[in-house]
Amino acid sequence: MSQVSETTVDRPVDTSHMQVSSTNVAIEVIGMHKWYSDFHVLRDINLKVMEGERIVIAGPSGSGKSTLIRCINRLEEHQEGQIIVNGTELTADLKRIDEVRREVGMVFQHFNLFPHLTILQNLTLAPIWVRGIPKAEAEETAMHYLERVKIPEQALKFPGQLSGGQQQRVAIARSLCMQPRIMLFDEPTSALDPEMVKEVLEVMISLAEDGMTMICVTHEMGFARQVANRVIFMDQGQIIEQNEPEAFFSNPQHERTKLFLSQILH
Amino acid sequence: MTDIGFVRADMVDARPAPHRTSGAVAWAQKNLFATPLDGVLTVLGAIFLLWIIPPIYNFFIGHAVGPAGTVEECRMENAGACWAYIHSEMEFFIYGFYDIPEQWRPNIVFALGAALLIPLLMPKVPFKRTNAVLFLFVYPIVSYYLLAGGVFGLKPMPTEKWGGLLVTLIISVVGITLSFPIGIILALGRQSKMPVIKTLCIGFIELVRAVPLISVLFMASIMLPLFMPQGMTIDKLLRALVGVTLFTSAYMAEVVRGGLQAIPRGQYEAGASLGLSYWQRMYFIILPQALKHVIPGIVNSFIALFKDTSLVYIVGMKDLLEAVKTKNDTALEWQSANTATTGYLFAAMVFWVFCFGMSRYSIYMERRLNTGYKR
Amino acid sequence: MTTLDTGPAAAPRVSFFNDPVIRGIIYQVVVAGLLIAFIAWIVGNTAANLAAQNKTTGFDFLWKTAGFDISFSLLPWSRASFYWEAFLVGITNTLLVAFIGIVLATMLGFTIGIARLSSNFIVSRLATVYIETIRNIPLLLQLFFWYFAVLKAMPAVRESLALPFDIFINQRGLMLPRPTPDQEFTWVMVTFGLAVIVAIALSVWALRTRTLTGRYPRQIVLAGKAADACITFLIAFVALLVLLAVIFPISNAPMLAAILAVVIAALSVTRFAALARGVLSFVIAFLILDTAIGGMFSSLPGFVTTAVSAAVALVIARVVYSGALERPPSEARFPLALMALIVIGVPALVYWLTDATLAFEVPVLERFNFRGGLQLPPEFVALAFGLTVYTASFIAETVRAGIQAVNKGQTEAAQSLGLKEGDRLRLVIVPQAMRVIVPPLTSQYLNLTKNSSLGAAIGYPELVNVFAGTALNQTGRAIECIALTMLVYLIFSLLTSVIMNWYNARVSLVER
Ligand SMILES: Nc1ncnc2c1ncn2[C@@H]1O[C@H](COP(=O)(O)OP(=O)(O)OP(=O)(O)O)[C@@H](O)[C@H]1O
Ligand SMILES: [Mg+2]
Repeated sequence: MSQVSETTVDRPVDTSHMQVSSTNVAIEVIGMHKWYSDFHVLRDINLKVMEGERIVIAGPSGSGKSTLIRCINRLEEHQEGQIIVNGTELTADLKRIDEVRREVGMVFQHFNLFPHLTILQNLTLAPIWVRGIPKAEAEETAMHYLERVKIPEQALKFPGQLSGGQQQRVAIARSLCMQPRIMLFDEPTSALDPEMVKEVLEVMISLAEDGMTMICVTHEMGFARQVANRVIFMDQGQIIEQNEPEAFFSNPQHERTKLFLSQILH
Repeated sequence: MTDIGFVRADMVDARPAPHRTSGAVAWAQKNLFATPLDGVLTVLGAIFLLWIIPPIYNFFIGHAVGPAGTVEECRMENAGACWAYIHSEMEFFIYGFYDIPEQWRPNIVFALGAALLIPLLMPKVPFKRTNAVLFLFVYPIVSYYLLAGGVFGLKPMPTEKWGGLLVTLIISVVGITLSFPIGIILALGRQSKMPVIKTLCIGFIELVRAVPLISVLFMASIMLPLFMPQGMTIDKLLRALVGVTLFTSAYMAEVVRGGLQAIPRGQYEAGASLGLSYWQRMYFIILPQALKHVIPGIVNSFIALFKDTSLVYIVGMKDLLEAVKTKNDTALEWQSANTATTGYLFAAMVFWVFCFGMSRYSIYMERRLNTGYKR
Repeated sequence: MTTLDTGPAAAPRVSFFNDPVIRGIIYQVVVAGLLIAFIAWIVGNTAANLAAQNKTTGFDFLWKTAGFDISFSLLPWSRASFYWEAFLVGITNTLLVAFIGIVLATMLGFTIGIARLSSNFIVSRLATVYIETIRNIPLLLQLFFWYFAVLKAMPAVRESLALPFDIFINQRGLMLPRPTPDQEFTWVMVTFGLAVIVAIALSVWALRTRTLTGRYPRQIVLAGKAADACITFLIAFVALLVLLAVIFPISNAPMLAAILAVVIAALSVTRFAALARGVLSFVIAFLILDTAIGGMFSSLPGFVTTAVSAAVALVIARVVYSGALERPPSEARFPLALMALIVIGVPALVYWLTDATLAFEVPVLERFNFRGGLQLPPEFVALAFGLTVYTASFIAETVRAGIQAVNKGQTEAAQSLGLKEGDRLRLVIVPQAMRVIVPPLTSQYLNLTKNSSLGAAIGYPELVNVFAGTALNQTGRAIECIALTMLVYLIFSLLTSVIMNWYNARVSLVER
């Protein structure tokens, strides 16, 4: 298992917006199965995410967490069941996939910034070429989000010149520039040094405070406690347990969950 | 949002994928017909294969004249490759004009070389050091006297008589064994902090790499005699060897330099802090790591050298290619439409086997040595 | 590195000879001394040898008449020409074959490199077989094969192999029609040049407007639509004309073809554009396949060929159709058709208006030889072909490595931002791959240029052959000839590395 820590952000988290009141379904996964050739990675996944919900997925390495969220923006194909994102079902239809991807932002463990473009160009690339937003406007938006992730002064540098934490914040800002309705995070902090973890978590918490729908694969249990309204525990490609953070951490039901929690919380 | 709690009661067992994901059908679906475009490419590829394979098969095997055939069969309409020609001229292709009763001598050299080289190349065989010393220092001397003769009552055999595959192998083995250390020294010199040595090495490396091998060979064969004191002649084979070795060592130097640059500074400093001298540091710490990094590059240089040995033909040496070309042009008794083609294809197959073998070996070694250095 | 031997702290008490600085100086003096002595020895020997052979030195021979023939030359050459002219002929011949080889090898190499990465088993395997076969066989052997075994085995002049478009192959080489433009044709060329400039300027403007405002300029979009229809009409007309000619020879086929083409072109501007493209691609694919398969398997009965071609063409049409369904609307597309129409259409219009003619002088078989046309000697053909085939295998590997060097995460990031495949390649993948590809690609170009010297072995009069071969033998000025020859290659190589350094400095990724 990669880094597991309990970094908490030492400021009161404003939970006023965080109550989920919407009845709109953002993501619905129904009876989904996925295989890698003969290996049954995801088994009977059922998941309903309301708009504004913040979900943390935890589980041992190899349990299929990454695969699950990669299926949601169809970086991976599923073989059985349905995935419906913002009312659009994911099928082989390229047009629909592009539509979905426009509305779903994704942040990767290893940032995946475009090394040949400046930070500003990284941020404006998709708005200009996908959304057809005028350059000046796209740059304005980009600067807005750079300020939001607290690194506006780096706009003209290249990714290679930034620290890991800064790069990850740029990656978040890059996704936000597309003004997505849903954000997916795949272990965004596990490639970072502890002090950088904090700056990235800060950004993620502030997103949560604004009511963004989020699904985060993370081992940051402190983050889960502070902002998640649901924690999902996966093992062997299936959802084993799911609960509100408080109940999940204090009173795990399933044997595997107990074992997992005892291992990571010492 | 109160009923979000969920605990799985019984685990879902793994089951096979709905569509077959293994087996021939699934394989074809994935690799041949994944998308309609793939399907089109597959069909076009199949048409191409159907078109190209039968004539190739017929030429090489179907209509070919086997080793026991006669020239009349080779001259027939529709005849394929004339392997009988290769079979009958094989000795010339291997030994050139080396006297036939004396051909046991190159045979011993071949056998000895294989006996020493094969265990050297197999990672598991012990006695590497002894073996290497034998191969690098004893074997060349023994081979030289065996081939050239003139001692122990062996009939003298001037290098003009050597030819064919024998010469190709001599040039490449000598070139490889000599250019490797020279290349390392040049690479170290290029990294040196001493301006005179650094400039010399850079000048040599860059000059040699800028010009084609054939001009270096011209230089070796025409100008080397001019450079020597009057009355001293240099053997033609030796001239070619000098040219090929110098040429390859410049390329080898660049490959080794790449490896040296990939070594983190800390390794140099660690070596220095242990109190090792420059050469000790290089020998024990830096070079083993650097060379390991660049095995593919080193082997590529060897392959290039092996292919380049064919260029000695241009300065009048008799290697395998020359032997084949000579027979193609002069063996009137074997004249037929496909004689020349068969000859060149045979030479190509010989070169191919060696080069392909080397490249496979390098991939194998790379995998084996891939210890602890992966990006 | 020797100067690093001991740290500065050890400075006070080292003996004189162990001081790394002093030691370094001593080493260098010794090496330099040895080298100077060696050079002096060589110079002395050479002088003595030359004196003994009664030979003179110097470059004065360059201004003497050469008195030999050169079989192939772009520059005027006769026996009365000077040696320096021979030098220039050698250089131009080297550059000519290198240039042609580079262009062709780049196209072939990129195709094969990309094919090798294909997910299609047959395609990638074919590419692998090509690469592994070609690059493990010496180039000289391949040249011999093409020259002695293939070209020399071509039919004699009288039985020349006739290819389409008045191209002939025989033992004497390749005979092509030679374009003979007339006076007015200059205008066409000028227009063509202008049209290219205009098209580039328009593209830049369109793309800039696209980035700045989010959409392509309105005029361009409109013109683009018109151009689309126009080009569709032209292609459809030609394809249908051929198709009709193939199926049933009727007298007013052009009329029919034109009417059908208009229908297709009209469809292509409506929302049935995808259908139009599908139909068109069926016709074209069918024609090409039918010809190709008919040529490849001449023993097959005609209806089999037709059936197979039609079936495959149908699948191709289906692919094109579904691809076209997913095309963004023309407002969001770069107006490629417009640019093509400008570059080709405008010069064609001028050609028609000015009554210019571009005649082709066709090679004709006379009693013993071909006359007229563009006659490429077999040496040139074999060398250019051999260099292309050989270098392409290396370029393919370079391309494959470059594309694979781009992290998979880059594609995924671009995908998750919603970038379409074309934009993904253009904006993210290709720029990164090219940084990796260009440096080794340039060195392959340099290798090809150096390898062209092997033309000497099959009698192509390139630099080494003309100068380090013939001229050297005639004058005996070995040192001068070889030095001049090497100098030329040295200059090529220096120029290349200057350009490469500039390029690398420009594109190298900024790292921490
Ligand atoms: N492309 C692939 N092909 C085949 N198997 C794969 C592939 N990607 C992942 N797997 C397998 O699928 C399983 C789930 O992988 P996944 O990356 O989703 O795990 P994870 O829960 O994200 O683990 P981690 O915490 O280590 O990131 C693993 O056993 C992995 O080996
Ligand atoms: Mg993962």
